[in-house]
Amino acid sequence: MSGSFSENLIYGLLRAITYAIVLLVGYILFDIVIKGLPVLNWEFVSGYPHQSGASGGILPAIAGTFYLVLGTISVALPLGVGSAIYLSEYAFQGKFTTIIRMAIITLAGVPSIVYGLFGLGLFVLFFRFGASILSGSLTLACMVLPTIIVASEEALRAVPKGYREASLALGATKWETIRTNVLPYSLSGMITGSILGVGRAAGETAPILLTVAAFFLPKLPNSIFDQVMALPYHLYILATQHPDAEKVRPMQYGTALVLLLLVLGLSLGAIFIRAHYRKKYKW
Amino acid sequence: MVDKKQALLLEDFDIEIVSRDLNFYYGDNQALFGISVGMPAKQVTALIGPSGCGKSTFLRTLNRMNDIIPGARVEGQVLISGKDIYQHGTDVVKLRRKVGMVFQKSNPFPKSIFENVAYGPRIHGTRDRQQLAAIVEKSLVRAGLWEEVKDRLNDNALGLSGGQQQRLCIARALAVDPQILLMDEPASALDPKSTARVEDLIGELRELYTIVIVTHNMQQAARVSDFTAFFYEGALVEFNATKLIFTNPKEKQTEDYITGRFG
Repeated sequence: MSGSFSENLIYGLLRAITYAIVLLVGYILFDIVIKGLPVLNWEFVSGYPHQSGASGGILPAIAGTFYLVLGTISVALPLGVGSAIYLSEYAFQGKFTTIIRMAIITLAGVPSIVYGLFGLGLFVLFFRFGASILSGSLTLACMVLPTIIVASEEALRAVPKGYREASLALGATKWETIRTNVLPYSLSGMITGSILGVGRAAGETAPILLTVAAFFLPKLPNSIFDQVMALPYHLYILATQHPDAEKVRPMQYGTALVLLLLVLGLSLGAIFIRAHYRKKYKW
Repeated sequence: MVDKKQALLLEDFDIEIVSRDLNFYYGDNQALFGISVGMPAKQVTALIGPSGCGKSTFLRTLNRMNDIIPGARVEGQVLISGKDIYQHGTDVVKLRRKVGMVFQKSNPFPKSIFENVAYGPRIHGTRDRQQLAAIVEKSLVRAGLWEEVKDRLNDNALGLSGGQQQRLCIARALAVDPQILLMDEPASALDPKSTARVEDLIGELRELYTIVIVTHNMQQAARVSDFTAFFYEGALVEFNATKLIFTNPKEKQTEDYITGRFG
């Protein structure tokens, strides 16, 4: 009897903890949607900001974050997938590879402000890219690389050994085998993992703080060497640095909502891509 | 008397695959000990022996599939049509084109039936769609699968039954026009009916290819093969015409194994 009691207690407790987390996330989302929705209109997403962001739209920040996401993906995806292929398919599985893997995992745990300072030192100052989309994208790419590498390696490992053997036994070279009978089947996992990683990076403030983000720049960038505004940084400015923080509260919520929708869009994209490839290559 | 019979038999054939003092190591573990054997062309040679005796390892030395295992090492020679395949500078791609392989677990690619068979010719440079279609048909006919799949070549290969999948894998191996076909327990995961189908197929293919088949099923070895090699603990115990091995084995170990005293 007491056994069944403690069983029920643990069950109830664990369930309560889970519900509490869902409730918390739900509250945050609810709060942002309710308070952000009133300001969300065409003018808000397509207009330029006025009075340091106290009125007008947030188009430059949306565009800035969009470019940063694009830049981050185009730098981090090839690098991450490439090193994942090397690590899982080519590298001799010895001590050295283990050390590399450990380094990658450690890299994933480095605080984002450290990436920001690293990007400031290397890309902004040393390479003289200045505070620019290029510097910001490279910095964010460094930050999401570990996620992409780990996700890609997992996706590669999930491909059955039989496909590789069959392909090699037919006289395909190693690269032909990887290109035609490993990558296509692991692509969905790679892209899904990568996009989720980049979605996380899209909301980061610290790495872009020192490498790209402009406080107030009501225009669209002309090149990758331009500074831009970005949604998370804009939100941070409005919430903490703006002289009239109370008055711009609705703008903050609107910005947060747009950022959420953008990340949600990325995640939906990842799900769509995964479903598409799963259907194409299922085993 | 027995020796004379064997000599007569082997003399009637060209020897296509020869291994000389072949040792094989997985890291520090030696898996094959001084294997010397000559396997005749256009005949079926069965490799039998208890689990872990090295028969699959030996099979995989013949198309250098063991190369992909980290830490694997080979000593000695394997000659195919007189050429040492472990000689420095051997083109492994060409070798594997000549020496096809069918695996224990059928492993069709998760692509269409057509694409599975066309894969080999494609990577070897055949681009022409009609030419590919002709190769696909010919290979599927030879593998005895054409009638069953000719109306659904674009369907996913994984929709086929287990036996059909294995015959598709055989067709895929045939599509690159090999001389030699290595089969690693090709029927061990199949039901009796599909097994019989694959065995019949081996009987048909022996006219065209030199076949080496690993099997743990002695009845199967007796049914499908012309010659049999018995492996035990990494060594070749006996190699002879299948009839002689099963009716009049020279070695005590062989006799014990085929009469089921161990294994």
